[in-house]
Amino acid sequence: MTHAPMEKIARATPAPVARRIKGLSDRAIAWIFVAPSIFLLLAVNIFPLIWTIRLSFTNYRVNRPNRDVEWVGLRNYERILTDDGIWATMQATAHFLIWTIVLQVIIGFALAYLINKKFKGNDLWTTVIVLPMMLSPAVVGNFWTFLYQPQIGLFNYVIAFFTGADPASFSMIGDVNLAPWAIVIADTWMWTPFVMLICLAGLRSIPDSIYEAAECDRASKWRQFWTITIPMALPFLMLAVLFRGIENFKMFDLVVQLTGGGPGNTTTLTSIDLKREAFERWRTGYSSAYAVILFVTVFGLASIYVKALNKVKER
Amino acid sequence: MNKKFMTTVASGALIAAGLSGAANAEDLTLCWAAWDPANALVELSKDFEEKSGHNMSFEFVPWPNFADRMLNELNSGGQLCDLMIGDSQWIGGGAESGHYVKLNDFFEAEGITMDDFIPATVTGYSEWPKGSPNYWALPAFGDVVGWTYRKDWFEKPELQAEFKEKYGRDLGVPATLEELKDIAEFFQGREIDGNTVYGAAIYTERGSEGITMGVTNVLYNYGFQYENPDQPYDLEGYVNSEGAVEGLEFYKALYDVGTPPGSSNWYMGENIDAYKSGQVALQMNFAFIWPGVEADPNVGGGKSGYFPNPAGPAGQYAQLGGQGISVVSYSSKQDAALEYIKWFAQPEIQARWWELGGYSALKAVVEDPGFASSQPYAQTFLDSMAIVKDFWAEPAYADLLLAMQEKIHDYVIAGNGTAQEALDGLVEEWTIIFEDEGKI
Repeated sequence: MTHAPMEKIARATPAPVARRIKGLSDRAIAWIFVAPSIFLLLAVNIFPLIWTIRLSFTNYRVNRPNRDVEWVGLRNYERILTDDGIWATMQATAHFLIWTIVLQVIIGFALAYLINKKFKGNDLWTTVIVLPMMLSPAVVGNFWTFLYQPQIGLFNYVIAFFTGADPASFSMIGDVNLAPWAIVIADTWMWTPFVMLICLAGLRSIPDSIYEAAECDRASKWRQFWTITIPMALPFLMLAVLFRGIENFKMFDLVVQLTGGGPGNTTTLTSIDLKREAFERWRTGYSSAYAVILFVTVFGLASIYVKALNKVKER
Repeated sequence: MNKKFMTTVASGALIAAGLSGAANAEDLTLCWAAWDPANALVELSKDFEEKSGHNMSFEFVPWPNFADRMLNELNSGGQLCDLMIGDSQWIGGGAESGHYVKLNDFFEAEGITMDDFIPATVTGYSEWPKGSPNYWALPAFGDVVGWTYRKDWFEKPELQAEFKEKYGRDLGVPATLEELKDIAEFFQGREIDGNTVYGAAIYTERGSEGITMGVTNVLYNYGFQYENPDQPYDLEGYVNSEGAVEGLEFYKALYDVGTPPGSSNWYMGENIDAYKSGQVALQMNFAFIWPGVEADPNVGGGKSGYFPNPAGPAGQYAQLGGQGISVVSYSSKQDAALEYIKWFAQPEIQARWWELGGYSALKAVVEDPGFASSQPYAQTFLDSMAIVKDFWAEPAYADLLLAMQEKIHDYVIAGNGTAQEALDGLVEEWTIIFEDEGKI
């Protein structure tokens, strides 16, 4: 059995350190240094994960400590995967995830492209644009409920101004067709600046010399954009997509504040549904199985994506 | 020595120590929802602190998070709360899971009798199993869903004339739910004093318990029953009876034709705001809001009136609210907590509780000859408390509630499926829950 990383760490330990701690081998010293991290990792991540997997095969309920816990095998998994309601929340989550990412990447990149140009007031506008992401999601959810109010909401008035419709004639958060878009709009407003900052970092990392060489070759601006800017900023864009994807998969606070998951279950995302099962219905075993399914889904998708990201970076 | 004897001795010791100058001053924490009555209780409790020497702390959580926060606390055996004013539906879980201390022996030792309290509040807030003399709480705050209306708008001659012409009767307090819907529809989108106003603010909230606490006021009156009265947990034909379906259709119709636009997720707070800001002619809400309405400069001082939930084809009932006060079994200060309950049960303290805006459930207070005229809403409170029904108080109440929230909201607000499908689905889900619980 080899311990390549440990050997590497041991070799990297400066000789004077090893000499000072007499009686301990370099490998032991390395273990002493990494042991707290490994312990924390096991206690905080690995043990709860294993415990959750174990609970997912039982009918355990945390609010019934006196009830016998039965081993139910795969019954929880079967119930979840054949539940139409859960597939509906998966669809709602997919809708939310895809549209927020698409809109945030397009708008965020466009803003970054503009901010990257030198103009008067550049710093001020950057600060103004990033303000929404500094707010608490609960606060954002709360004030968007006011913006969406049919009688007093600014959003309805703006739409009414441009379309001539009566502001009270539509309800963004009360209508089955509009509510999924209401949460997409609020999330896009809040998190586009984050994508913009990542894109801005990507754009600023492109050396000017490449554009100068392209100018010498008489490449048009359009050609420069598609053959220099986009390919070189792509790893950053993909990173932004990864961050937003992970964040929005577990979206909870903003949506709960905005719609409470309604109307009906229209905006009940998986994280909201999982929370209800675990901490309102107290079906601990069932919700553990639910969490395991979500974990495997996210882990699988993220692994594929990270591989793709690494390939792009290697190009 | 048996447990009863021990409790008697302990209670005797408490009496000997007296409420004043207790030997060991404790820091007691009382947990409740964050709302107007909680502020009144803080004021009221100063008397207890003065007399007992104990210090009172309060942990108040806003209603939408109250159940989550407090049930988490109880389920984890937390010691934050010594006293809990928990929702009426928690009583089954509180008793069966061992969260609450059983109070029978204490009541007996202290001469506190449940006969002194309004019967509906004893059943609703204290007993588990229901109908049995096992008490886990002292009725603390009587509450019930009722209606508030803009008396000043109803009295406008031009509106009265128009209403009479349209409906052939006077514009006044509705006797039936159908009449209430007519009134809501009449006010919907109307211009009054230069503002567009709407009919009624009703409960539609999805996240916690809102729409269930609202729709039951209609369902009960159309014939909905939780179970077969002769066979517990037999739901088919009771939850989804013909009358119940009609009732659910009525609630949706009321939502569609007589409520403000955008009121798809409203509960107590939103209804209060809509009413006080002059957006609606009527609001459905728990009685606890009435002192605040009376004191409000826009809608108080005689501009508002109050009436109990109107009758439907199957009778007249109203959704019970309110809570009892319990001693948390995980508390290490149970003796001091029991002292608080003893102090709170005293008639003069209950009378002061009513004066401060708390709805006392003590008969001596509500049956006092001067009670009905003591506040403009006092008679409505009494009338409403006489017609209450409550949601399940089973240990699985949260499961049962969430299923109902989902089915009702999906039909009434999202407009998915039919009322029959919604209630059939509810029967199916509730049956699974009771099967899981081993009740059927």
